[in-house]
Amino acid sequence: MPGSLSTLKVLCAALALLFVVAHPAAAQLSFKPTAEAVQEDKLLNALKEGDKITGRVSIPDKMSSSLIQPAGRDWRDFQRSTLPIIGGVAIIGMLAVLAIFLMVRGRIRIEGGFSGKTILRFASFERFIHWLTASCFIILALSGLNISFGRMLILPLFGPEAFSTMSGYGKWAHNYLAFPFMFGLVAMFLIWIKDNIPGKLDLQWIKQGGGILANGKHPPAKRFNAGQKGIFWIVIIGGVLMSLSGWYLLFPYIPGDVTTLQIWTVIHAVIAMLFIAAMLAHIYIGSVGMEGAFDAMGTGEVDLNWAKEHHALWVEEEQAKGQAPSGTAPRGVPAE
Amino acid sequence: MARVKFLCDADRCIECNACVTACKNEHEVPWGINRRRVVTINDGKPGERSVSMACMHCTDAPCAAVCPVSCFYTTADGVVLHSKDLCIGCGYCFYACPFGAPQYPKVGNFGSRGKMDKCTYCAGGPEADNTPAEYAKYGANRLAEGKLPICAEMCSTKSLLAGDGAIIAEIYKERVMKRGYGSGMWGWKTAYSDSPTG
Repeated sequence: MPGSLSTLKVLCAALALLFVVAHPAAAQLSFKPTAEAVQEDKLLNALKEGDKITGRVSIPDKMSSSLIQPAGRDWRDFQRSTLPIIGGVAIIGMLAVLAIFLMVRGRIRIEGGFSGKTILRFASFERFIHWLTASCFIILALSGLNISFGRMLILPLFGPEAFSTMSGYGKWAHNYLAFPFMFGLVAMFLIWIKDNIPGKLDLQWIKQGGGILANGKHPPAKRFNAGQKGIFWIVIIGGVLMSLSGWYLLFPYIPGDVTTLQIWTVIHAVIAMLFIAAMLAHIYIGSVGMEGAFDAMGTGEVDLNWAKEHHALWVEEEQAKGQAPSGTAPRGVPAE
Repeated sequence: MARVKFLCDADRCIECNACVTACKNEHEVPWGINRRRVVTINDGKPGERSVSMACMHCTDAPCAAVCPVSCFYTTADGVVLHSKDLCIGCGYCFYACPFGAPQYPKVGNFGSRGKMDKCTYCAGGPEADNTPAEYAKYGANRLAEGKLPICAEMCSTKSLLAGDGAIIAEIYKERVMKRGYGSGMWGWKTAYSDSPTG
């Protein structure tokens, strides 16, 4: 055993000696600083999608350590070609669908007519939060659409100076109103979440298509039917995505990385287009599309017949609590 | 007219940052804004190279394409300039720029972006040449005085070249031929769709 160990030691020493002798010679032969220099071409070819050539900078702005990011060209293509198509199809498509729906179905009337009796649907605080969020949303949507489509549609009409002034104010409004919008979003979530948990009734409502096509067949619903729950969750999920992505755009120095910012802008823009399209449907059904619906967010008091037709179970609950007039007007829907 | 470009011969750049300093001084660029910077690739490893980078004044510039208020324009010399009167500080040019050229003072609400600032190729802006208004917004207009950008003019190793794109590319090619190597015309493929070796 000791013999083999010493043999190993000798072998190691010999190997080490060989290395020391051989290595500098080999290094002198192979090491050419010029030949081993980084080649831009090779670096560019090695880049993965969305990747960039980065290095070290001696200035404090670490974002400037990105030397070349070819992905900027892809982002340009998205802004100039893809986004206008997504936005155009979503928004104009939704307007077309609503127009066709109005022509085919007409305004959804209260079948029993106005009863003259009303029931409180939204308290003043709920209406305040709704309109706070809604008015912020409209200004945010318009100033946002101006960023995406203004150059194409408004700039030729207004001229560069007036359009820039308007867009500048639009940007400030967009940045400031984001905060009351986010507040409204949180408040709406807290006050309406309890009535928006999906349940079995919603499946039935969806199966019957919300009673939207056939007159006089309203599926029963509690305070919010499946369609309204859908709008609630679109607003909450869409609003959270808009807030999160918008936060990074408002404070672009947080991520300190241009690729991350590019991804957030794409999310912000795509969700915005879909969100606006969904809200157009919400605005339609809450105003032109359905008789008696606007009162819910207008005065807060809806007609008892409207409430019974669309929210039969909710009316029963309210009547049981003694908070609603017990109407004698004919029911739109049997309880079963 | 000539199509002017920048070319950084990375095999000559010694990362002295004099181009950065000269630029800041010439145009009185505010704190926190760098129109030009030197990026070191493979720092501390064999084959390390430094590249001085600013706006490359791209052909079909991405910044101009995405600007929501269309505040960019290209001069007859191929210099990409913008109007700070029209700029709203949205940051889109920064997302689209392959070279990280657009910079923003943090003067918007909540410290967000103010009006964009970037390399002007020492060619000022839309105002009348060499007026105080032009200087305050964009810095010196050396091109109007018949001079080239200060960064390239004072580069001690003549790594950074500015001028007619065809001529500086020829100078670079001659250098590569003579010394037998070259790490490429950094950014040219991205900015002008030119082959970096060609």
